[in-house]
Amino acid sequence: MSIDPLRHVCEDPLERKWTWISLILASVMGGVLGFYALASNLHPPSNVETIDSSRLHLSEEFAEDKLGVKTNPDGSLTITMVAARYGFYPPRIEVPVDTPVTLRMASADVLHGVHVPGTNMTTMIVPGYISEVTTTFTRTGEFSLLCNEYCGLGHDQMWSRLSVVEKPGGGG
Amino acid sequence: MDHTDSARLSLISMWVGFIAFLAAAIMGVYQVLERSGLIPAIESPALYFASVSTHGVLMGFVLTTFLVVGFGYYTATTSLKQPVWNKPLAWFGFYICITGVLMAAVPLLTGQASVLYTFYPPLKAHPAFYIGATLLVAGSWVWCLEMVMMMTIWKRAHPGDTVPLAMYGTTANAIMWFITSLGVTLEAIFQLIPWSLGLIDTVDVGLARTLFSWTLHAIVYFWLFPAYIAMYTLLPKAAGGKLFSDQMGRVAFIMLLVFSIPIGFHHLYMDPFQAAGWKFLHMIGTFMVAVPTLITGFTIIASLEVAGRLRGGKGLFGWIAALPWSNPMVTAAGLGLLMLTLGGFGGMINASYSMNAMVHNTQWVTGHFHLIFAGTTVIMYFAIAYYLWPKMTGRRLYSNTLALTQLWLWFIGMLVLTLPWHYLGIAGQPRRISSTPYDPVLVQQWDASELAMIVGGLILMISALMLVYVLARTHGNSQQEASLAVEYAEPLHPVLRIPPLLNGLAFWTVLVVVYMVASYGYPILQFFLMETHGTVPWSI
Repeated sequence: MSIDPLRHVCEDPLERKWTWISLILASVMGGVLGFYALASNLHPPSNVETIDSSRLHLSEEFAEDKLGVKTNPDGSLTITMVAARYGFYPPRIEVPVDTPVTLRMASADVLHGVHVPGTNMTTMIVPGYISEVTTTFTRTGEFSLLCNEYCGLGHDQMWSRLSVVEKPGGGG
Repeated sequence: MDHTDSARLSLISMWVGFIAFLAAAIMGVYQVLERSGLIPAIESPALYFASVSTHGVLMGFVLTTFLVVGFGYYTATTSLKQPVWNKPLAWFGFYICITGVLMAAVPLLTGQASVLYTFYPPLKAHPAFYIGATLLVAGSWVWCLEMVMMMTIWKRAHPGDTVPLAMYGTTANAIMWFITSLGVTLEAIFQLIPWSLGLIDTVDVGLARTLFSWTLHAIVYFWLFPAYIAMYTLLPKAAGGKLFSDQMGRVAFIMLLVFSIPIGFHHLYMDPFQAAGWKFLHMIGTFMVAVPTLITGFTIIASLEVAGRLRGGKGLFGWIAALPWSNPMVTAAGLGLLMLTLGGFGGMINASYSMNAMVHNTQWVTGHFHLIFAGTTVIMYFAIAYYLWPKMTGRRLYSNTLALTQLWLWFIGMLVLTLPWHYLGIAGQPRRISSTPYDPVLVQQWDASELAMIVGGLILMISALMLVYVLARTHGNSQQEASLAVEYAEPLHPVLRIPPLLNGLAFWTVLVVVYMVASYGYPILQFFLMETHGTVPWSI
């Protein structure tokens, strides 16, 4: 290793080896995650879309009568929800198993977050912005949407139900 | 000797930190008890969130800032053997910090700043909270200037000489902290303070969170730096050996300076308003910042092995048994490295662009940062205190046995507290909750872990009380400390010639600024390019 560039800063060959291992380790971690991001389209929810959180009731998408589960032409689902102290609206939603679901969520007041224990569904819900996260629920059963960002003294009370049911027409 | 020059300032500064620490540790016990729901009489979200907010501010801002500043002044004067530059200014900075803390304490303790130490707009706290926190940061900038000036003056007086490693690390930390604290300061000055005073109606929460993320990651390295500096420059000597590599210490400090700031978006992975590409870029930097820690692990363990073998340890692991485990510095470093290893693996999950979704905002995260910060970092603060108190007071440590017991209790308490928290996170428990009124099927899997965390909290509080007791009693010890000189470790290979890039920080500072512009420039600018809607203040 006479041309090892690390030799200028590090005299000990063993330590040079370890430094290379550390650099490779960091690169491999980044590389693996990058690979899955591209190969499986696996990204964190990163929608950049603004909305006036104080006027949700007047918006095309997030007015009270527009919320809930909608089926898209390709068979996937879009769920429109509002997070407001201290609940998720609509408070009870039902989705079929093994179906791509896109959740679009907006906050009517402060910062919220949501995750569904036992699934990979999670996103922050930030006033002024629309969150969008896509997932597929692969197990049937009763799940909970829990608020996971401190939103005020009633934060603990903020949760709602999600039922994942068999596909209509017997998919299982 | 110049060590007395800064002893008073350092001692008082570190005492402020440890008093804040004790208060916060006691609050911690209340929090685990309240949260468990076992004692209905103490159930109160208002008190709980006031306590959590205060606990976070005291541990994350007060203990750390005063410890880093106090240790920094002492390191500077003893390693450079020169007095504090502009001493009245140093004291002025200290009093600015104190003013900030007292100012923020009033709204915190009266429940008017229960917005957690991360601020979370659009929840609004009393303006005094934001102004106090800003003053604390501004006061610490005086210390940053002091460190840069002291290193510059020393280099001018010693042309061609190598800056002592302890000072090199301290100054790197000072520069890093100044740059990284600008994010939260901008958020406070242009958004939170005028908004809380009613001068502006709304804040853009996306911009506020982006600015906070600028501070939020590197702040943990600001806390961690003293721990690493002690491991590199005090530990090898305390263990009876030498530092394996002085140069790699410099490389590690430089990498922490360069890579710890422009990577804050891993705190925003699950947020809307920043596009995936930026998040990916920040993830790459996040993994790069693991490299200096891996290098540190190697250098420190190799230094300990050198010490163990010099003390007669043989075989593959015999050197470990040969180490002087009765020395608090050695014990703290050993336990600290164990916690760093565990916490580091967890950190890899948090840092992962996609895996983060499984743990985001769950109790796992609380477990992770308690293990690394309250574990590794704070246990090294204890070791620093046990080492420096006799030097600063001139009196021998009140009881070495109590000190060792305290360290072990801290380690055990931290594992009992944080390992269940990791499990709770994976089992879906959100962080920052004061009770668990959820689906009983979900909640029942959490019960055993909730009990464990109470035990952990109690052990930690006892350990915290012991620390303050030992330090306080040291002041009254009639036995004099034999040597007041701080003994910095010598490198295994004497440093004869060092590349100028490893002896200065100007180049690296420019590099950080360029890297920051690249990774934060557009993500901040976008808020001014697109039409955004601000948010009015909300009470808690």
